[in-house]
Amino acid sequence: MDLGSFPSFRRTPESSDLKDGIECPDNYDLIGKYLLTLSLSPEMGRGWDEGEGKKANFCTIKLQSMNLTLFLDILIGGLMMGGLYSLIAVGLSLQYGVARVLNVSHGEFIMLGAFATYSLYILFGINPLLSLVITGPLIFIVGFLIHRTLFKRLKRLSPTMDAFEGSSLLASFGLLFIIQNVALLTWGSDIKGYSYLSKTVNFLGAVYAANRLVALLFAILIGIIFYYFLKRTRVGKAIRAAAQDVTTAQLMGVNINFVLGLCFGLGALMAGIAGSLTSMMFEITPLIGFPYTIIAIIAVVLGGLGNILGSLIGGLILGLIGNIVMYIHPGLSLIAYYIIFLLLLLIKPTGIFGK
Amino acid sequence: MQILEGREVKKYFGGLAAVSNVDFHIDQGEIVGLIGPNGAGKTTLFNLMSGSLVPTSGVIRFKGEKITGLRPHQICKRGMARTFQFVKLFGNMTVLENILLGSLFGSPTGMHEVNAKRESLELLEFVGLSAMEGSLAKDLTVANQKRVEVARALATKPELLLLDEVMAGLTPTEVGSAIELIKKIGSRGITVFMIEHVMKAIMTVSDRIIVLHHGEKIAEGIPEEIATNPKVIEIYLGT
Amino acid sequence: MRRTISKKIFYLMLFSLIFILMVIMPSYVSPYTIILLNSIFMYIILTVSWALFSGPTHYLSLASAAFFGLGIYVSAILGDKLPLLVVIGLGGLISFLLALLVGLSSLRLRGMYFTIFTFGLSELIRHSVQWWEVNKTGTVGRWVVAVDHMTVYYVMLGILLITLVVAYLIRHSKYGLALLSIGESEEAAEHIGININAMKMITFAISTFFMGATGAIMATRWSYIDPSIAFNPLFSFMPVLMAIFGGVGNIFGQILGAGVLTLLADVLLTKFPYYYMLLYGMILVVVVLFLPKGLTGLKEEVKRWREGGSVNPVRKDGPRPE
Repeated sequence: MDLGSFPSFRRTPESSDLKDGIECPDNYDLIGKYLLTLSLSPEMGRGWDEGEGKKANFCTIKLQSMNLTLFLDILIGGLMMGGLYSLIAVGLSLQYGVARVLNVSHGEFIMLGAFATYSLYILFGINPLLSLVITGPLIFIVGFLIHRTLFKRLKRLSPTMDAFEGSSLLASFGLLFIIQNVALLTWGSDIKGYSYLSKTVNFLGAVYAANRLVALLFAILIGIIFYYFLKRTRVGKAIRAAAQDVTTAQLMGVNINFVLGLCFGLGALMAGIAGSLTSMMFEITPLIGFPYTIIAIIAVVLGGLGNILGSLIGGLILGLIGNIVMYIHPGLSLIAYYIIFLLLLLIKPTGIFGK
Repeated sequence: MQILEGREVKKYFGGLAAVSNVDFHIDQGEIVGLIGPNGAGKTTLFNLMSGSLVPTSGVIRFKGEKITGLRPHQICKRGMARTFQFVKLFGNMTVLENILLGSLFGSPTGMHEVNAKRESLELLEFVGLSAMEGSLAKDLTVANQKRVEVARALATKPELLLLDEVMAGLTPTEVGSAIELIKKIGSRGITVFMIEHVMKAIMTVSDRIIVLHHGEKIAEGIPEEIATNPKVIEIYLGT
Repeated sequence: MRRTISKKIFYLMLFSLIFILMVIMPSYVSPYTIILLNSIFMYIILTVSWALFSGPTHYLSLASAAFFGLGIYVSAILGDKLPLLVVIGLGGLISFLLALLVGLSSLRLRGMYFTIFTFGLSELIRHSVQWWEVNKTGTVGRWVVAVDHMTVYYVMLGILLITLVVAYLIRHSKYGLALLSIGESEEAAEHIGININAMKMITFAISTFFMGATGAIMATRWSYIDPSIAFNPLFSFMPVLMAIFGGVGNIFGQILGAGVLTLLADVLLTKFPYYYMLLYGMILVVVVLFLPKGLTGLKEEVKRWREGGSVNPVRKDGPRPE
């Protein structure tokens, strides 16, 4: 794939140039170095030619045909992770945008989903994708109950919204400790994993593991289902109303407690599904939750707090950026996320789509 | 002597002009009313004067000095204080503590704590709330909370006091007491600029009235002129 | 009037007594107790200094680990080059300066945004230092000049004393009142002449001074440090938990919360090492649910319960802050 040439600089040489060599503009070398660091291999050329009876020199920078595979690899790999992140981010967005709980234990539900799928596969041989039928509703109910028992009561007890956000944040830290510790006790701290659909597939010239492709497709499927759920069903409309203005939604007859609990449960469900998909692709330990929580929070802020579609896009963006950063320098992804996060808060805390 | 002057003051929020091209002035010692239908830009104008908002363009001068762009605490120390449309008291602190903070921080040179306490008690009496000294501000009735807010503003030793709908939600008796309080404040030499919807009150107490509508000044004059001004009548009764 | 004065004198004398006890204690107790006391002092300092700013203003900072860790690193890098007290002072000073910078940049952030910003910052520092030490300098894991526990004890006691005195003085001065007003209504506070930006920044910076100084001395106790130890997010969460557990509103509550929870952690770690996170989590949930005013609020909760009113009376229409 030829990505074209950078501008050529042409000028008629003075007679002195022909003797000493060819002069290129000041930033010529700099541009070349810059492109090199981006892993794009520039082809730098200098020379002079004759044409129309005149002599002219030129300095060109030509981008070599970039490895298509590499480009697609980065793009699709980024979208895959992004799909997973979107799922998690939408889940958190439902919990924060509607129920106003910044659930830092969100990642632990991912971890639980992963281990549930793992256990069902290892112990009973149940197909990881099919086991979602069991684990999904279970995690949803757990999430719903947690909201009903813990956060609903907290909401009642808090005099202001800020106080509620603060105390629910702390309560969710408590949940984090509890769930993580229970998981450590149940499954131990060693790395676990299983193999499922790990054969590789050729897609547009690049090679991907089948499970990742399936995970991506699944995430897209969930996204589409959820989209229609929000847009077309009565409950979906109630959720959207509550996301915009809880009080007015109540006045319009929405059973707000049910909706808040529902959103929390749905958030947990999404986390659980994401966890199941994760277990197919990666190794798992009880400690994998928190980094995902961070990513979810960043994605939600990126898309605009309370904006569900925004979090989805935020997740995709983070996935892409993370993958790109990984190619430049591995191990910097998380740092890159944090930098984006902090800059976002300083410059436009309401996010890309926030008001 | 002009104590406050605004020239071509504009405030745009995106494409919406909350205040467009308003010129106004207040002379020392006056009690000036600011009226207009809801959404006319009255509170926005107050926010521009007190420093909560920065004008998109235009200049505001206080005692001859340009104050546009200064932060609220700087403007307060120069002698302008205000109350808020929705009372912003320090709810979990006592009434006395609310006023005390005004004394301690509001005047240009700050105050020694002993004197501040004495002054605050005097102000409490001035607004008629001596009995509420130790009560938590959030436990007071709305009418009393507004008094506390006035006392707190007065504690900063202002030369100009901005009152934002201080009579909203008051019973007729309470409105009467509020009018008395405002007259007392005026007699202390403090200039008053007040937003009000309670027409009878503002007509009674103001020396002059400014009328805003859709962010523009549409009329200005003594109460009798304003009451009979056809444009003013129209905006209140509709077409 | 006389009762209030004698009450104050009583508490002052009690405090002095306890302090004197703390001073002579090390000669009579086992090294294990001294180490435990060091931990307790450390958490009291972290909790009280956290609550110095975050308590009255309601700006929940989760960046304590960053400043504590900074102090640790100052000690690790300069510990063998400069005298101990200078290192401690520098730990505090550099934290102070960083905090001013952080405060300046985050002035416009309110509520949850401020909290997650501070958390993100702390984690960014942790990951960045880790990455740097792994990839650039190869110095992951440093050895700090060790200091004997008696010295550490007395230095900690000194820092603790100064922290408590400063916290007390601020709280009972007009600045303490102003900080409370910022927590109640920032806009109103600004309109009565309080320079809220300066006040927030400086108070925040003062609070981190003590965190940095404590980090510098505690590093010498641990003698081996790396980024995951120095900037461990637990150092950000624990002070918050301890303050809420004991009662955010007053210094005694903060001391109580830190003391009780540190002792509890010690007991749990020795008796139930596999459950202590679980128990901590449960304590956190219980405290948030049933003890919003912490242990020091327990007295009035019990009183209210006895008098027949409901525990934690519900506020149906609390005013929203602006």
